[in-house]
Amino acid sequence: MATPAAHVLDHGHSQGDHDHKPSFFVRWLFSTNHKDIGTLYILFAITAGLIGGMLSGLIRWELAEPGIQVFRQGSLMAQVLGWAIEPSKHGYYVVMTAHGLIMIFFMVMPAMIGGFGNWFVPIMIGAPDMAFPRMNNISFWLLVASFSLLITSMFVDGGPGRGFGGGWTAYAPLSTTGHTGPAMDFVIFSLHLAGASSILGAINFITTIFNMRAPGMTLHRMPLFAWSVLITAFLLLLSLPVLAGAITMLLTDRNFGTSFFNPNGGGDPMMYQHLFWFFGHPEVYILILPGFGIISHVVSTFSKKPVFGYLAMAYAMVAIGFIGFVVWAHHMFTVGMNVNLQAYFVAATMVIAVPTGVKIFSWIATMWGGSIDFKTPMLFAIGFIFLFTVGGVTGVVLANAGMDYSIHATYYVVAHFHYVLSLGAVFAIFAGFYYWFEKMWGVKYNEFLGVVHFWLMFVGVNIVFFPQHFLGLQGMSRRIIDYNVAFSFWNKVSSWGYVVTAAGVLVFLVMLVEAAVRRRVAVANPWGEGATTLEWTLSSPPPHHQFNDLPVIIVEEHV
Amino acid sequence: MAISRFRAPGRALHRASIMGAWGLGIVLAGVRAGPALADTLGRPTDKALGLQPSGDDLRDTAAFFHNVILLPTIIFISVFVLVLLAIVVVRFNKKSNPVPARFSHNTPIEILWTVVPVLILTVIAAFSFPLLYKYHDEPKPDLTVKATGNQWYWSYEYPDQKVAEYTSNILPEAKAGSLYKLATTAPLVVPVGKVTKVLVTGTDVLHAFFVPAFGVQVTAIPGKVNSVWFKPRTVGTYYGACNELCGADHAFMPIEVKVVSQADFARWVAAHAAAAAPAAQAAPTMTPAVPPATSATMTGPAAPSTAPAKA
Repeated sequence: MATPAAHVLDHGHSQGDHDHKPSFFVRWLFSTNHKDIGTLYILFAITAGLIGGMLSGLIRWELAEPGIQVFRQGSLMAQVLGWAIEPSKHGYYVVMTAHGLIMIFFMVMPAMIGGFGNWFVPIMIGAPDMAFPRMNNISFWLLVASFSLLITSMFVDGGPGRGFGGGWTAYAPLSTTGHTGPAMDFVIFSLHLAGASSILGAINFITTIFNMRAPGMTLHRMPLFAWSVLITAFLLLLSLPVLAGAITMLLTDRNFGTSFFNPNGGGDPMMYQHLFWFFGHPEVYILILPGFGIISHVVSTFSKKPVFGYLAMAYAMVAIGFIGFVVWAHHMFTVGMNVNLQAYFVAATMVIAVPTGVKIFSWIATMWGGSIDFKTPMLFAIGFIFLFTVGGVTGVVLANAGMDYSIHATYYVVAHFHYVLSLGAVFAIFAGFYYWFEKMWGVKYNEFLGVVHFWLMFVGVNIVFFPQHFLGLQGMSRRIIDYNVAFSFWNKVSSWGYVVTAAGVLVFLVMLVEAAVRRRVAVANPWGEGATTLEWTLSSPPPHHQFNDLPVIIVEEHV
Repeated sequence: MAISRFRAPGRALHRASIMGAWGLGIVLAGVRAGPALADTLGRPTDKALGLQPSGDDLRDTAAFFHNVILLPTIIFISVFVLVLLAIVVVRFNKKSNPVPARFSHNTPIEILWTVVPVLILTVIAAFSFPLLYKYHDEPKPDLTVKATGNQWYWSYEYPDQKVAEYTSNILPEAKAGSLYKLATTAPLVVPVGKVTKVLVTGTDVLHAFFVPAFGVQVTAIPGKVNSVWFKPRTVGTYYGACNELCGADHAFMPIEVKVVSQADFARWVAAHAAAAAPAAQAAPTMTPAVPPATSATMTGPAAPSTAPAKA
């Protein structure tokens, strides 16, 4: 039976000879090397993640107690950050909106797809680089321009105040007539550029994976991370144009007198929601699918066992990606849709639980019978499996339209999507980051600091988000700056959880500095027999150009 | 069951996890029906873990679905996964199992973990769909009110009773006390035990009419009329809020539904109906016939204003 485990025959002695790196300026600004671009993406994602994380700190600070303490004139926040963030109720919503957009478009996506995808997909399939290296470069720099536009939007007039405060979903008419200033136009252009960047990236990944696999690397032998990025690329390619269309309609409604979403001109605000979620639901799978791939590699490596049910794992992702396109209106159960339509979206949504369950159990079966080494990446992977399960089962609750009339748009939903993204996707990113740390940076990380980072994060994020289920069931709305005193206790707990999480992030930064200062020399394969994919056959870091002689993949037969 | 194919000892843990899940589920479900129901009905309670108590029979069905079907199921699944992970951590670490197995396939178990979730989801669906259709199988309303979301207040109108549209602003903190951000200057007043249909629309941006204790929520969309219905069981005050981000004062447009006796409702209508329309004629489905008198417990509509009463 074919498995992703593969032997490499004759993987070049000549690679080191070609390790000629361009000068700093040419290497990092005009980069066409997939590994350098991947590094740029990861540094970008860390920067954006720190900004987005700081914004969530302001949110939790404000919500720690009832009343408005932080987003008002004269507060400590106003004195320190007043130059950037308006100390007003509107300012709170601007921060909340920016937090969402930054974490989705400028942290998770660049880290997983741009960062790990660029770094490891070509290596895993035995390719020397991406199919379109210069397009790869423009993908990255478009994202920088996009991020600049988003940050700029926080500093220009939005209408009700500085910046756009209508949520990452930017529902019309709040994003049209509700925000008359240019800030929303900046957000629209930012999303246009981010979308263009991702579409170019998606084209690049699909072309690379379909055309540049090494001899013998059939699709059914391809490592699961490459599979996950391939599926993600298709989701990007098919969903982002719809977002681009929707926000272009917002733009023309705002500036050129059209009425796509304006009922006074015959338009319908609900059409925006349908278009947005036709993109938005695949988007959440875009955020998590590469994480599925990473977790499969980490679990297999540290269990020293091949991935259980490789084909089922690959096709479960295909199924999740496919069904992800036909469930969008489960975000809209309370907008007054026809009941039969709601029933369809309930059923379709629940179906996703099946392939997701297959993945969870297959990861556990991969560990079952293994000889597990609990290194930092494995801790994050096990944390991921449990937290993603918790986020998944609350998703099953939310799939029921009849329940949503009681808990839609409450903190229950906030808890749910942070369990699958903040705890799921981010834990997968950290698992991948530690897993490939030596490979990418050429130095070792400090295992003790990694373990401390994991435990602080694990405890912290659970304290932040678990109590939010209780708040949501009690009826606390999401997206509110202030709440009734009866929501105090769990909000206080949640905010203390942020402090623990922030301490974890601090340890992460210390870990980065420690590794950079100590510079313990990396080895090609620090993980031993369990690490079977091609990146572990190369040096750490790999030569500037790898596989000048293509590796040949032969199948390893298992009994 | 899934793990017992590999190792027998897992079975005891598995059984314990089932017991634990149902036990915890029942504890959490019990929270909603504590002794102080009167204090918790219609409003959030600090440190509470579960859904707000129901003020309506259909909401009870939804609460049953959550507390008895969904919650135990999801706790069981989470604990089951946690127990499997614990077994893996204890049994298959590199010290206790130095030589890894090499298997990567087991068709029966793969079929099992595909089919069993399908069965679980089928059971959930068997409760979910009737609930959904019951929500939309609207009985003939005894009272129809129109609720309009505005930036940032609600306004209510009783077209059949000829109660003109009035504004419901947030009650300032000095008057509201611990009910600040729940209480309003002028509640929506409805009779107990009667089906109230609320027509919901918006004037500027999206809002959402949300009262957790009745389990009703619908978006207020400019240019469109949505509706929800509920049938309150007991007299009391039920709080909700705008539940769709609508701008800077989104957190400051609460919803207060005052459920009163039939007689009190008739008095309230009589006091607030337009002078030209006799109350008895204005409310065909009601039987007011009670002389107009302002009850001390009633709150009259405030003068319409365009700005929320907020500091």
